[in-house]
Amino acid sequence: MTEVIATNETILVVGGGISGMTAALEAAETGKQVVLVEKRPYVGGRVTQLYKYFPKLCFPTCGLEINQRRAKMNPNLNIISMAEVTDIKGEAGNYTATVKISPRYVNENCTACGDCGKAVEAEFDDEYNYGMGKRKGAYLPHRMAHPQRYVLDSAIIGTDDAQKAKDACKVNAIDLDMQEEVIEFKAGAVVWATGWKPYDANKIQPYGYDRIANVITSVEFERMADPNGPTGGKLTRPSDGKEVKSVAFIQCAGSRDKNHLLHCSRICCMASLKQATYPADDVPITIYYIDIRAIDRFEEFYQKVKAQENVKFIKSKVASIVENKENGNPTLHGVDTEGYNRYADEHDLVVLAVGMEPSVDKASFPVEITINEEGFIEPAPENGGVFAAGCSSDALDVNRAVQHATGAALRAIQVVNRVAATEG
Amino acid sequence: MADDKKFAGYVCTGCGLGERLDAGQLETTATRDGKMQSCKQHEMLCSTEGVQMIKDDIANDAVTHVMIAACSRRAKVEAFNFTDVALTRANLREGVIWVRPDTDENKETTQEMADDYIRMACAELKSMAKPSASGEQSLIKNILVVGGGITGMTAAIETAAAGYPVHLVEKSGALGGAVGSYYKVVPTRSPYDAPAENPIPALSEAIEADGNITVHLNSTLTKTDGAPGRFSVDITTESGTTETVSIGAIVQASGWKPYDANQLPEFAYGKSQDVVTNHELEALAVAANGGPIKRPSDGKEVQSVCFIQNAGQCSDKDGHLTYFAGVTDLVSIKQAMYFKELNGECDTTILFDNLRTPGAGGEDFYRAGQNAMVTFSKGIASEVVPGDSLTVKFEDKILNEQTEMACDLVVLATGMEPNSGPDPYAQLMVDEAEDEAEKAKAQAMLENAPPSILNLQYRQGTDLPHLKNGFTDSHFICFPYETRRTGIYSAGPVRRPMDIQQARDDATGAALKAIQAAENAGLGRAAHPRTGDLSFPSFRKEGCTQCKRCTVECPFGAINEDEEGYPMYNESRCRRCGTCMGACPVRVISFENYSVETVNQQIKNVDIPEEWDEKPRILVLACENDAYPALDQAAQAGVEINPWARVIPVRCLGSVSLSWVTDALNNGFDGIVMMGCRRDDDYQCHFVRGSAMAAERMSKVGDTLDTLNLEPERVILHEVAITDVERAPQLINDMAETVEKIGLSPFKF
Repeated sequence: MTEVIATNETILVVGGGISGMTAALEAAETGKQVVLVEKRPYVGGRVTQLYKYFPKLCFPTCGLEINQRRAKMNPNLNIISMAEVTDIKGEAGNYTATVKISPRYVNENCTACGDCGKAVEAEFDDEYNYGMGKRKGAYLPHRMAHPQRYVLDSAIIGTDDAQKAKDACKVNAIDLDMQEEVIEFKAGAVVWATGWKPYDANKIQPYGYDRIANVITSVEFERMADPNGPTGGKLTRPSDGKEVKSVAFIQCAGSRDKNHLLHCSRICCMASLKQATYPADDVPITIYYIDIRAIDRFEEFYQKVKAQENVKFIKSKVASIVENKENGNPTLHGVDTEGYNRYADEHDLVVLAVGMEPSVDKASFPVEITINEEGFIEPAPENGGVFAAGCSSDALDVNRAVQHATGAALRAIQVVNRVAATEG
Repeated sequence: MADDKKFAGYVCTGCGLGERLDAGQLETTATRDGKMQSCKQHEMLCSTEGVQMIKDDIANDAVTHVMIAACSRRAKVEAFNFTDVALTRANLREGVIWVRPDTDENKETTQEMADDYIRMACAELKSMAKPSASGEQSLIKNILVVGGGITGMTAAIETAAAGYPVHLVEKSGALGGAVGSYYKVVPTRSPYDAPAENPIPALSEAIEADGNITVHLNSTLTKTDGAPGRFSVDITTESGTTETVSIGAIVQASGWKPYDANQLPEFAYGKSQDVVTNHELEALAVAANGGPIKRPSDGKEVQSVCFIQNAGQCSDKDGHLTYFAGVTDLVSIKQAMYFKELNGECDTTILFDNLRTPGAGGEDFYRAGQNAMVTFSKGIASEVVPGDSLTVKFEDKILNEQTEMACDLVVLATGMEPNSGPDPYAQLMVDEAEDEAEKAKAQAMLENAPPSILNLQYRQGTDLPHLKNGFTDSHFICFPYETRRTGIYSAGPVRRPMDIQQARDDATGAALKAIQAAENAGLGRAAHPRTGDLSFPSFRKEGCTQCKRCTVECPFGAINEDEEGYPMYNESRCRRCGTCMGACPVRVISFENYSVETVNQQIKNVDIPEEWDEKPRILVLACENDAYPALDQAAQAGVEINPWARVIPVRCLGSVSLSWVTDALNNGFDGIVMMGCRRDDDYQCHFVRGSAMAAERMSKVGDTLDTLNLEPERVILHEVAITDVERAPQLINDMAETVEKIGLSPFKF
């Protein structure tokens, strides 16, 4: 049974992506007791799946290493992975949270030695790589995963593979009888940092993501560029595995569109500019855009990419994509609004810069909360002791999300400090 | 007292260590060579029983020093978190068995590697002590907020709400800053459909009612002495009275200043009164007092207005700002809506290239502008011709033609410049300029430095260091509050151009960091990124030559000098990177658990085989944040590393003492590989210049090699990223090849 020691002075952080991690660590390093509940088997969220950050083109795993070290060293922070908050009752300063923990089938004995992974045979789509590539039924989600503990896919439970995994483990870390748990604990304040998900590209019918192999999403392209990713860093076409010779980026794929996401997702322009630096210099790149939204200091990065000889910008909302059946090339149709010229451009690979959809479920949100038309949590006083952090509050880049999460940590601390003062 | 020390070694035989290595031999190495007073094996040291065994020994046998030979120091950290003892870990799993093939012919070299790591860990432990705070610290909960604009006001209110007293210092006679004079603001709450009420009056009331906030108007800081947890700050009023307050940590919210539009003669600014900046338009809207906005020249009600976006910004022209203000498109939409609200059927046109209204609120507000019939025209203005009616000439980007429009008033959407103090490193930039043009620019910056805001009594200058364009820290994406002056956090547009909502969020974040810095300083704990570290540098005064390298090179300005030029450490400013240690030519600076000696002893205790054994030794000094994790991941991935390598993690390459290199060469090492972070403008080093300084210092290694008559290829320094999972091992293997080519070092005794 998972034990959680918590009081009304404890801060509950829901979601362990970069925002949740930040809020949790900042509060814990200010001396507060924090429980962090994360749905995935590991913390770090979508940032772990990024190859590089804009505009520095540095590696997100560098910061992840520091954050994970902070987490490992801090006794104030209790991370519960593979868990979801199903209910929160009470009021600011006195909440009771209900948390459902899915079985990992691997206990704390695990040393991440990898023996179970070698023993099992069944393979599954690797969600860490957005389904590109496979992983085993016993797996470490990624090399830097924290907690550094393997996971057994629930689909192998009851199969021979499960027993093979158990037999291979020399440290008695595999517990096939592990059951789902539901626990309850107290919290004075809640930081809600459930982040975002890439907008479902299948819903943008004219772009044919579901029909055309060489139309992919920006998050998939990011995994592809990563040398530790499914293609070993090679930018290849899904249709034939050939190296990509031209790339088109379609901006606002699902954003700024009343049929899809109303809001501007803020990051996509910069993400595409960043991704335009991934292919070799001689690969022609075309960016189809409405406005390039390079905010503040990012302008200089925009100018730098603009100066790249292989990069071309076309101001246009692409109308449709049709596959050239002979070579698998997607052909983009639309009108260049600068001069009103129609085009039908063929590219090797098309990357849809998909928008950020908030992972805030209005229908099942456990407490009364103010959510705006776009699905983000508003900073409303009626939210009581529940504070949004990062992308559950708006479409934010990492830097702004972290900044926002640090502020959310203070809001939560204000509540628990008030509790401490009255209970003092 | 030396007698009180008790050294215990623990060898784990789990994870295949027992099968691959001779654990009995390792135990002997630990006790015989490593001088551990006891050494125990356990089949799974990280298990509850294993950990309990160590805990019991600490409790019952008064063990003070623990050597754990198991997995990487990055693994099982929670299990082996013994805070009451000095602790070291020999990395036998990721460092040895996972990077070596499991074959009979490799058994000997694999065991040698493991034995060496045990010797190294024991030797390190022998010269270590358990870190404990200096006892000098105190907890002062007062937070100082510098600047009484919307950012500073928010920081003050949020800090006070957490129960911390605030001193809020404002230069002018009133709170409110730039926003205080605005007619309305861009909305910050849904539905984001119209300009919102100015929040300043409500914030002013809140501050007035808050007993925890002391406001100092017409005041500046004339002196900021001390360090986090014990700042002593002189707040001086315009009339000259000074109050000294004790402060735990500081938020600098000194705001921004509008770009000087006089640099835009092409838009007739200064030639026509009817060309105004966005900042000036607010005054016209306020003066309208609910009636129509009138133009300055003749008081005529404005019936047509043109907004020129990006006037003097996003441009590489001389005198223009290269960056975007981040907010000016939203501001123009807001101001266009003023005209729709106050001037009835007024024509409002916004000339833009890329309209930047990000996020949910931004896009909603853009739509609201469209619904209010504001005309958004993709066009780039080239000239404004003054006259009774102004003529705006522009390139219509949609029709691809030069055209013009007439209007009553032109509003220039100009940018924001940070209101920061003088850059402490301005002189350094002059000294390090690569060409004359750069030098002239740096010199001009130095000469036109703004007045100081903080007046820090620091060896390295009075104010926060600048990033590009005068904005202050941080440039780290993951760590927006990673400042180069510990316990001083900038917030709002002095840090980066930003809108009101972001400035308020930023203020709240900075307030948290200030509170945290004060609390941790009170406990003697380091601030980010080595959060919680209790060790701190001390120096042997009798050995010090007052060369000042440590005081000059500390990336955080932590070290002052006394009158005789000896370093004066400020524990709570220190981030424990060890750059001072690497800088010190006479090796007098050390931490309890990390010193010239702890590494030197590791180097000296590597068993150097005789020359005829033909077993080279390669020393690898790897940055603990990037290179070391990259090597760990390589081990996980089963990448092979040459058996001659002996890896020592270092806090930062900036902490590497030249003596380690010299001693290693003298001891018969055949090659040395140093791995640090990227060191260009987009540096990755969390200790700022560590990697760069190491590179600079190591450029002098050539002399040493020369004296020893050794080939220069034997010592190499690389920039290694955490993602270099294949490359990092390759660099080590490359050195092994180099050694093979040039032969073994003659210094094998």
